[in-house]
Amino acid sequence: MTEFLMLATILLVSGVIAVPLASRLGLGSVLGYLIAGIAISPVLHLLDVDVIAIQHFAEFGVVMMLFLVGLELEPKMLWQMRHRLLGLGGLQVSVTTLLVAAICMGLGLYWTISLALGMVFALSSTAIVLQTLNEKGLMRSGGGQASFSVLLFQDIAVIPMLAFVPLLAMPDLMGHGAAHGDDHHEAAMSLVAGRAGWQVALITVAAIACVGFIGTYLTRPLFRFVAMANLRELFVATALALVVGIALLMTLVGLSPALGTFLAGVVLANSEYRHELESDIDPFRGLLLGLFFMTVGAAIDFGLLASNAGIVVAATVGLMSLKAGVLYVLSRVFRLEGADRWLFTLGLAQAGEFGFVLLSFTVVNQVIPREVADVALLAVAMSMLLTPLLFIFYDRVIVSKMAQNQMVEADEIDHKGNILIAGNGRFGGVVARMMRQIGEQPTVVDYSSAQLEMLRKFGTKVYFGDATRPDLLHAAGIEDARLLIVCIDGKDSITQLVTHVAQHHPHVHIIARAIDRQHVYDLYQAGASDIIRETFDSAVRTGRSAYQALGIHPYQSERLARKFTRSDRALLLATANAHKPGVPLHENEEFVSLARELFEQQREELESQSDGFDLQSDKAWTPPPENLRINSGDKG
Amino acid sequence: MRVLVYQAHPGQHHSHANHQMSAAVSDVADIEFCDLYALYPRHDIDVSAEQARLLKHDVIVFQVPFFWYSTPSIVKEWQDVVLEHGFAYGSGGNKLKGKIWAMALTCGAPESAYRSSGYNSFPLRSLLTPLEQTARLCQMRFIAPYVLYGALAKRKTEATQAHAQGWREWLIGLRDQKLNLAAADALGVVQAKDIAGLVQ
Repeated sequence: MTEFLMLATILLVSGVIAVPLASRLGLGSVLGYLIAGIAISPVLHLLDVDVIAIQHFAEFGVVMMLFLVGLELEPKMLWQMRHRLLGLGGLQVSVTTLLVAAICMGLGLYWTISLALGMVFALSSTAIVLQTLNEKGLMRSGGGQASFSVLLFQDIAVIPMLAFVPLLAMPDLMGHGAAHGDDHHEAAMSLVAGRAGWQVALITVAAIACVGFIGTYLTRPLFRFVAMANLRELFVATALALVVGIALLMTLVGLSPALGTFLAGVVLANSEYRHELESDIDPFRGLLLGLFFMTVGAAIDFGLLASNAGIVVAATVGLMSLKAGVLYVLSRVFRLEGADRWLFTLGLAQAGEFGFVLLSFTVVNQVIPREVADVALLAVAMSMLLTPLLFIFYDRVIVSKMAQNQMVEADEIDHKGNILIAGNGRFGGVVARMMRQIGEQPTVVDYSSAQLEMLRKFGTKVYFGDATRPDLLHAAGIEDARLLIVCIDGKDSITQLVTHVAQHHPHVHIIARAIDRQHVYDLYQAGASDIIRETFDSAVRTGRSAYQALGIHPYQSERLARKFTRSDRALLLATANAHKPGVPLHENEEFVSLARELFEQQREELESQSDGFDLQSDKAWTPPPENLRINSGDKG
Repeated sequence: MRVLVYQAHPGQHHSHANHQMSAAVSDVADIEFCDLYALYPRHDIDVSAEQARLLKHDVIVFQVPFFWYSTPSIVKEWQDVVLEHGFAYGSGGNKLKGKIWAMALTCGAPESAYRSSGYNSFPLRSLLTPLEQTARLCQMRFIAPYVLYGALAKRKTEATQAHAQGWREWLIGLRDQKLNLAAADALGVVQAKDIAGLVQ
């Protein structure tokens, strides 16, 4: 127990120190984690920690990340990507594999070893690249989309590669070779082991269909059931169970868990629980990936690096230039322009975490001798370490050089989620409909499951979630929002939401609903752009109806109502600065005396006129006194 | 002179001519532009604020489309409520005395329509007499309007561009007192082609 706590403390503390520092220096979180890993590697060594075991555990972060990526990707979009996925991804993997293999053979390695190394090095790091693209907001750019296509193809390609590697085994070549080690990648349980080909195919198809079925039909009732308990942690547990369960199912049938959860994500991309799932899974993804990067840093064997420095550096540089070269040619063939081309070329030039997996697998299967594998492992790690630097180079040099073209593109990419509506009750519902009238598709978030159910019957799209939670706001796209309309209930929740958004996202125009007069002042101080008093408009209309019922002409009633509204607003503004947050209005002496004074003033003004209803603008159609008409004429 | 321009177009985003006119004067200093429909989208004009605004200026310009031989409705509302008895006319109503009332009109019909043989039957100045008389009762000087005829047919052509450029020079001429008002009155209606001859 103590050891576990010690290990957790070391990992967490080093991450907490290194990542903010790295971000501050503009290096990005990935490099921060890698550096933290390198820094603690002697300590971990002293404690005799199995870094690789932790790394395999942390690889689950990649699975979660692909689930989140899937959530962002509707099936329609995935279908539109198919040419890029197969074309770009397929060519990148096959061309890089063959080139690396050819070069290795040229260097005198046996062809099976060369081919295995080719496969290892063809794969890039999904973890680093997607994390960085998301962090920099480049996911939706042309280069980001192309990179994603390639990464997705690679993640799928790992599966046939794992199947192919044992065929390359040539035990007699290995000499003293590796003894049969334990293989953590071969599932202990399997639904497909030892079955005929057609059975395997059938089971695999059934498993994928099962994921689709769960995503389409089971999640909605499941989440509705969970929502009844109204406990936040239950949602997290459900979301985790969903992801872990699907990963397990995929492992059992011998498919990539990353691919399975990705598919589940795609199926759920249209679900109203999408933002909720996103915000529930995201912290785990972040923690696990951080842990993964740290283990990559910690696993670098500096002793081995020192003794093989020449080979490792040559291998790393050669590998990265080769990969970049292939990517550059592909980007030309597939017409990526400007900064997108460079993002694609530089971003994917490293080898990745699946390279680790394949390497250990090849050693176990006696395809690659351990000495070669150790050097290759170092090259993979070094290339991952260099990737954040390439991204920095892209940021500082290429983007600034191409800033102008990129800006024009950025505007056109995607303007969805510009309007965020929190709360979709009777109030928010009307606002949302008004937004749709002008062709906008607001992102609506609400926390009432019953309400969602009803709206879904009417074909209205609403996302489930608590809008006062920063992580949910983030998932719903507050960063890109132009407008936030707060229609939730509960004075404190409203104030809390407005305060948070005004502080952290000052670019967002906030329209908020105030419950009462005191709340108007609270929201004013919290930073709301427009404050709408919840019941004021209907109260004024009620007063206007009363005027009419008293026999006052409808148009005069309307003008009286406007007059009242105007003077009430003036009063509100005049007393705003006397308000002290947290002090009830009637206990605030300054406010009370000022309000009394202004009320008095207003009453005097009204009463000084000949009758209570005589308004300044009414003079316009009051005939001038008889005596004056003759001299100066009537206005006609 | 201190120039105030009241702009009133209920369908601003449809009006190419008025859009170009506004673009042409966007950098002109010391002129106050006031979009009535933007300021009072619900037509509840703040009378005292507008009266105070009038007092601060010497030239009051209305930049409007010519609708049904008159102005858009908000300008009529403005006349009804702002030009009060005791302020603009009648007993003690001399607050606007000596100020200039100017109009910049965009007319849909071609110039040929505004004559006894045309489909509008009357010359433009005859149709404007209610406004001219309003100015006179307020003891203001109604000057020859600056007009674009056939604005619909001239959409997105060089004619609207020339009109916008003329509008700029006309306004600057008013501001700097460089506009020959007597010569303008002799013309009756000022068009873009006349501006060069009127600005001294």
